Amino acid sequence: MIDPSAHLIPTRRQVLLGGMGAASAALLAACSVTGNSSKGSGGSGKGTLQALFMQQAGYSTDDVNAMLGRFHSANPDITVKPTFVTYEALHNKIVTAAAAGAYDVVLIDVIWPAEFATTSIVADVSSRYPGDWKTAMLGGALATAEYQDKFYGVGWGMDTKFFYRNSQQLKQAGVADGPLETWDDVLAAARALKSKGVVKFPLAWSWSQAEALMCDYTQLLGAFGGTFLYDSGKLAINTGGGVAALQWMRQTIVDGLTNPASTTFLEADVQKTMNEGQAAMGLNWTYYLATSKDTTQSKVAGQIEVQQTPAGPSGKRPGVNGAMALSISSGSKNQDAAWKLIEHLTSEQELDKYASSALPIWKDSYTKPDVVASAPATFDAAKAQLDDMILRPGVKNYNAISQAIQVELQNALLGKKPAQQALDDAVKTATPLMQG
Amino acid sequence: MADLAQDLVTTHGVSPPGSAPPPTQRKWTRRPGWTATLMLLPAAVVVFGVVVYPMLRTLLISFFEVNSAVATSTPFVGLRNYADILADRAFWSSVGRTLYFTVVSTGLELTFGMAIALLLNAPLRLRWLFRAIVVLPWALPTVVNGAMWRGVLNAQYGSLNALLTQLHVLPDYHSWLGTPFSALNMLVIADVWKTTPLVAFFLLSGLQSIAPDIYESARVDGAGPVRSFWSLTLPLLLPSVSIVLILRTIDAFKVFDLVYVLTGGGPANGTQTIAFFTYAQAFSNQRFGFGSALADVIVACILVLSAIYLRALRRGEMSVL
Repeated sequence: MIDPSAHLIPTRRQVLLGGMGAASAALLAACSVTGNSSKGSGGSGKGTLQALFMQQAGYSTDDVNAMLGRFHSANPDITVKPTFVTYEALHNKIVTAAAAGAYDVVLIDVIWPAEFATTSIVADVSSRYPGDWKTAMLGGALATAEYQDKFYGVGWGMDTKFFYRNSQQLKQAGVADGPLETWDDVLAAARALKSKGVVKFPLAWSWSQAEALMCDYTQLLGAFGGTFLYDSGKLAINTGGGVAALQWMRQTIVDGLTNPASTTFLEADVQKTMNEGQAAMGLNWTYYLATSKDTTQSKVAGQIEVQQTPAGPSGKRPGVNGAMALSISSGSKNQDAAWKLIEHLTSEQELDKYASSALPIWKDSYTKPDVVASAPATFDAAKAQLDDMILRPGVKNYNAISQAIQVELQNALLGKKPAQQALDDAVKTATPLMQG
Repeated sequence: MADLAQDLVTTHGVSPPGSAPPPTQRKWTRRPGWTATLMLLPAAVVVFGVVVYPMLRTLLISFFEVNSAVATSTPFVGLRNYADILADRAFWSSVGRTLYFTVVSTGLELTFGMAIALLLNAPLRLRWLFRAIVVLPWALPTVVNGAMWRGVLNAQYGSLNALLTQLHVLPDYHSWLGTPFSALNMLVIADVWKTTPLVAFFLLSGLQSIAPDIYESARVDGAGPVRSFWSLTLPLLLPSVSIVLILRTIDAFKVFDLVYVLTGGGPANGTQTIAFFTYAQAFSNQRFGFGSALADVIVACILVLSAIYLRALRRGEMSVL
């Protein structure tokens, strides 16, 4: 006879599975769906801060570490532990770290405030803004971290894409010295460079499937008289200047003026290509001029000149706003100390020291002879370009919208679709995302 | 007789007729093997923490609309995320690309792996050295492999272009990652280069388990090397081939890191595999509910693929190989 009570005795497998099931149920029931329950707080104003920065373009790792060193000297009670990631990894690092509240201070791009504000990833710091900042700071810097009349950070280094040209190569091609004022002038110069065999592909662009492509397109869209959005908030890139700009971009590839590998390039690739002397002209951020002069990185040191972005058929020549901002994570338990750090890093005194890497956010800096002297050509170009900035749409789903547009821009650049059809398709895909 | 009854009680839980019932509340912790369970418990906790719980949580999130990593409002949407996936053209495109990548890379890895395994099994001088060299690509982390190939394939300063133009194979530099189809094939090459050694070593272990006598018998019967390969080696290697096929198919189906480092999903989404699509939706676009549903779909696809292979293996259908 089988002992009936034996059925009451759980097997090991039953014990383990039961335990896992019970633990899962308890854990799943105990948490919200996102598992996040932490709220931020001001904290004691001292202690350790975790800060997330970008390791390329703008301020270098060494620059940031020097700034942090001075901050620690002035605030010995606060220790900052910086983390540096590439721009491509920055957004997702902020998102994934948000649930754990891993960072107190994060560097955000000008295109993210809407997303991070509506998803409560960064804190509203409007009440911390001193009154005089709104008049002392450049308009573009203020707009960098602004969403729906609230501030979600402080601009940290103004940036826009300037036009760089290799004066030596242009001279060899017989192009008159001085800035190329229009994109037509650029095309004429490119044809001269190609026909005289100075360089095989005179133009290099960062047209990889990435935000870099959006920056270049935005700048050309503005020059060709286009606009991202209608006043109603609907996408308008498939009309007028939006289409003309893309047709122009594609044509430079067809004509052999643009390096066809540009569709795989980021800004760093444009930098390398120009520094190797394999392209004579290109758009890039402020930091590029300094690297072009560095003989350890450049074969054309001293030959690269910076100028304001050329004008398009519309006569306009806006620069894309590529500024970044420092924000406080909503989940930070030490927001007072985090604000002290942001105040220090964005101070006029600190930013003036690195004006050749990234342009200062303070209007005063542009009137200081010693600051202007650190990068006179850049300041000269910036004077006009920073006054006329073009913004990419400040909407919550910008990333998804940008991805949809990038794919269709590439379809047109690769000749898979005509520009009009590509942009119509981009608008069709992106329009539902505008509602979010 | 009493001894026999006691034996029955202790070994089979059987009560002899007329005997008093045994104590019913014997502690389960005294059952044989419980020590082994206790020793396995740490591993079970780890598996629970890094596999079971995340999978259950992913499944849970897939039924909600979660649009922030710190969302407080997460409406229940039932199966809507799954319905959205099925209606998403980008999803189906990524499935197509993933299948292409999986079939081509696994096929090439199996072919090259077999060739290398046969070579390494041959009585060569310095065979140990060749084996050590062959394993090197597999020893590289995938991210490093991706970064290396990005350098090799770079259109402007990549070593592949330099080599091919200097050998006059190409008249000009070529943008290997410049078009969607070419970029997808470059991903396949990078994956094949890294993973073929693993396949080769799996197959080599299978080859070494085949007794040399049967080749001798086949030779006496007049079978040449080609006939021996098709009639002896391949059928006897079938278990190893099956394991490799399952492992590599699953691995290739969820390829992510290579795409992330080498192409970022471009150009024109031409290398956006299903895993990369999931990543972009979940983290770049903060659609965690949708992304979780996608992750569950990947798991389901892999389960289906594994089930098909295993069933085919049991039925002997794999002998078509």
